[in-house]
Amino acid sequence: MSNLEVGQRIPEVRVTPDKYLTIRYAGASGDFNPIHVDEEFARAVGLPGRILHGLWTMAQVARAQTEAAGGPEHLKRLSVQFRGMGVPEQEVLVTGTVRERRDGRLVIDTVAEQGEKQIIRNAEAELAP
Amino acid sequence: MPIDTKAIGKRYEPTVYAVGREKIKEYARAVGETNPIHLDVDAARRAGHADVVAPPMFAVVYGSPSVGPALFDPEVGINFAMLVHGGQEFEWGPLVVAGDEITTEATVKDISASDGRGFYVFESISTNQRGEQVCRGVWTNIVRGV
Repeated sequence: MSNLEVGQRIPEVRVTPDKYLTIRYAGASGDFNPIHVDEEFARAVGLPGRILHGLWTMAQVARAQTEAAGGPEHLKRLSVQFRGMGVPEQEVLVTGTVRERRDGRLVIDTVAEQGEKQIIRNAEAELAP
Repeated sequence: MPIDTKAIGKRYEPTVYAVGREKIKEYARAVGETNPIHLDVDAARRAGHADVVAPPMFAVVYGSPSVGPALFDPEVGINFAMLVHGGQEFEWGPLVVAGDEITTEATVKDISASDGRGFYVFESISTNQRGEQVCRGVWTNIVRGV
């Protein structure tokens, strides 16, 4: 974490969820909401198709922080707003910038985007040494 | 119709989640973790941990069983057809490792309405078998058209 300074960008995370990712994440997390796993159901309720779990996308934002900081023990807080909808088979890009040092912690402004669209915004992470 | 706020402050039965090694590995693979302390018990032990380490967002796995009943509580009265997960916050304490037993208690933190949308905010407090708070979660759900 000693390599991170105020104003610096954290290394970006790029990941393309494959076609079956939402099925695996549903099993791993226990969230089997049909909008994530059932193409027909998702379309029937007006979605473009199955959508990513917001909490999977949040896990990518978390991973960008723990990889930047050098381990999971450094991530002390993460708050996000979910906006729009993520979809499988399209790259997710997580970026972030160290905004300030506060009470000995680094505060990171971070977002997740897919194409032109932010799917997680106004996210704030706190990293402790 | 004004939003029903009588459930604010309601607490739910604590749930106990026994953290399994293979479950952590399954979760870590699903979210793309490559740090071996999440995937390989020997690597975790070499790094000084008792067993494989849960990624921070594994809080979803041990926390959801407590938040689920709150979300589905008729007294809270969420209209699921119009529900979106609006926001999420986690604050973490000591790391969770395989073999831990995590007790989580959920409460209804707030219910409010603004601009025709209902905001249902739940809090979860998770503690390990030593009584240390490993995670606090704030789960914000938005219901359109209230």
